[in-house]
Amino acid sequence: MSQLIVKNLHVNVGEKEILKGISLRVNSGEVHAIMGPNGSGKSTLANSLMGHPKYTITGGHIALDGNDITKFEPDKRAQLGLFLSFQYPQEVPGVKYANFLRQAKNALLASKNEPVVKIPDFLKLLKEKMKLLKFPENFIERSVNEGFSGGEKKRAEILQMALFEPKFAILDETDSGLDIDALKTVARGASTIAKDTNCGVVLITHYQRILNYMNPDFVHIMHDGRIVKTGGSEIVEEIEEKGYEPLMSSSAAESNPVIA
Amino acid sequence: MPTKQQSQITGELANYKYGFKVEEKYQFKSGKGLTEETVRLISEHKKEPRWMLDFRLKAYKIFMEKPMPTWGSPLLKEVNFENIHYYIKPTDRKSRSWEDVPAEIKNTFDRLGVPQAERKFLAGVGAQYESETVYHSLQKHLEEKGVIFVDTDTAVQKYPDIVRKYFATVVPPRDNKLAALNSAVWSGGSFVYIPRGVHVELPLQAYFRINAENAGQFERTLIIAEEGSSVHYTEGCTAPIYATDSLHSAVVEIIVHRGARIQYTTVQNWSKNVFNLVTKRAIAHEDATMMWLDCNIGSKLTMKYPSIYLRGRGARGEILSIAFANRDQHQDAGGKIYHLAPDTSSIINAKSVSTGGGRTSYRGMLHIAEGAERSRSRVTCDALLLDHDSSTDTYPTMQINENNVAVAHEATVTKISEEQLFYLMSRGLSEQEASNMIVNGFLAPLIKEFPMEYALELNRLIALEMEGSIG
Repeated sequence: MSQLIVKNLHVNVGEKEILKGISLRVNSGEVHAIMGPNGSGKSTLANSLMGHPKYTITGGHIALDGNDITKFEPDKRAQLGLFLSFQYPQEVPGVKYANFLRQAKNALLASKNEPVVKIPDFLKLLKEKMKLLKFPENFIERSVNEGFSGGEKKRAEILQMALFEPKFAILDETDSGLDIDALKTVARGASTIAKDTNCGVVLITHYQRILNYMNPDFVHIMHDGRIVKTGGSEIVEEIEEKGYEPLMSSSAAESNPVIA
Repeated sequence: MPTKQQSQITGELANYKYGFKVEEKYQFKSGKGLTEETVRLISEHKKEPRWMLDFRLKAYKIFMEKPMPTWGSPLLKEVNFENIHYYIKPTDRKSRSWEDVPAEIKNTFDRLGVPQAERKFLAGVGAQYESETVYHSLQKHLEEKGVIFVDTDTAVQKYPDIVRKYFATVVPPRDNKLAALNSAVWSGGSFVYIPRGVHVELPLQAYFRINAENAGQFERTLIIAEEGSSVHYTEGCTAPIYATDSLHSAVVEIIVHRGARIQYTTVQNWSKNVFNLVTKRAIAHEDATMMWLDCNIGSKLTMKYPSIYLRGRGARGEILSIAFANRDQHQDAGGKIYHLAPDTSSIINAKSVSTGGGRTSYRGMLHIAEGAERSRSRVTCDALLLDHDSSTDTYPTMQINENNVAVAHEATVTKISEEQLFYLMSRGLSEQEASNMIVNGFLAPLIKEFPMEYALELNRLIALEMEGSIG
């Protein structure tokens, strides 16, 4: 059983405080949905957890299985089992997807003193995972994210999740910009992978529709850099009916039962 | 006694991978500096025919008269012609087989991996050690086809008719001061002659190497492809550590006859104290194809712009240029294409990487003469900067004197982005690995054009260069 603990996290971008004390505890196999309107700090949370240099942690800490990773570089966090599915995956022109995946996989293995995976074995593994996410075989010959459609980029992120088998995956608006078929593939894929590997998921989303395919154990509502409400999937229905507005009253900010 | 500056340079070069040095053992070494007497001595030593001596003396006068170019890199001012040995002859022997090569020289090549490369796919090796070629081999079937691959000194003795017909017709001594210098003191280099209709399947390779402090390398290469023939010539350079500056100034002349094809591939990795000032030019006749593949990683300063004169109808020219500049380096590279006939086409594709405060410059010329109708050209230059201290600049010149042409030009400068690094690092790659990946990807479209062995060597060299330049 692994545990990702976020305790009273404060994050600045430049001089501006974006996260104003976020606390969260995620166990292996749990799905936590983090919802909230635009500008509530959801993506800042995702990027801060992964160690983006633009986001300065000014207070609180992040712990993964007892390791304080608050100050760790992104590669060290990845090596300890953290994964971020990007909202806007970066293009790396000229680098073939298969080479990128293999080098990354080997870096993760090497950090655990495990032997690197041989090319034929790797390709076999990769093709297996590609089937799950409905990629054609020639996909791996393409440059990393270059010329990908929005849907391809998001599916490719989940393909990485399948391949790297993280302990915790943060999915940052993985549903945005997807049509319903692509959304189903991505959400079901992520769900299957998480179940198979007992991966804890932090699902950051603006809309509830992805939650139809990934049943959250906990739903957290973010507003103005804080978690203002936490509960089960019933909250989702509430939002569907009434929108975010009623949840953003100041009194709601007090209730946060899952604080570690 | 070493000065303070010298020991500093030694310190900087201490990591240089190929920076070993074998003890010098020379039969003849000219004094420093250049006089008419030195030029005469060189020619006499080589037992050259009168016409070559006359050519050298004429070139010497031009060299003395001509000023240094005023354009290009400010580092050019540091070249000190008085402080250079203009001729060194390491051995009298010329070997045909590897066993005959002196142990000391062999040792150097062993460490550069030449024999391994040869065993794998070399068709012939001309390895220049100092100013004289000491080792030459050519597979028998090439000889039977009439292919000539010898050092240029030998060619002057053995094939004077062909040499006289073409020598200095592409790059005359008057072209520029350094071409004049080379013409006066040239030594070694390759002479390649491909008879009509002959296709040389495997690349001909020559390794060049400077091994004497202050030794100028002035090789002179001449390649002729007769009608309908083809050849791929490759050269790679490495040089050991020296504490004072060295000068490498070659002249390469290429003639591609009707319907023939020549590819010339260079991997330049001189040590970081070498001034690399080279004139490379090709003439492509009707329906001929010329391709320069030029990669500059080493040297302190490189100024090199391989050029192609598309002289016959339907001729094609392509210049692919890679430059990598690290700390204290300036790679001033690019290419020049002259469309002098109708229906000619050309491509220039240059990519440069600057890191650790290094500087790259793209300098290019696209000239389309009046009457060169339906000429087509595409010029692309992309620069990648890895940090704030590094710089790049472009000097693209276009002279289009004909209306009925299609010309495209595109230039980009990219700085390696925080977002890209973060993305790759979030997958478990270190910052170094992530940067390497971005650079490799950036250069990949050009590197894949190199023969496989070179492509591998290049990726290794670049990875080596990237070490310690991050963070």
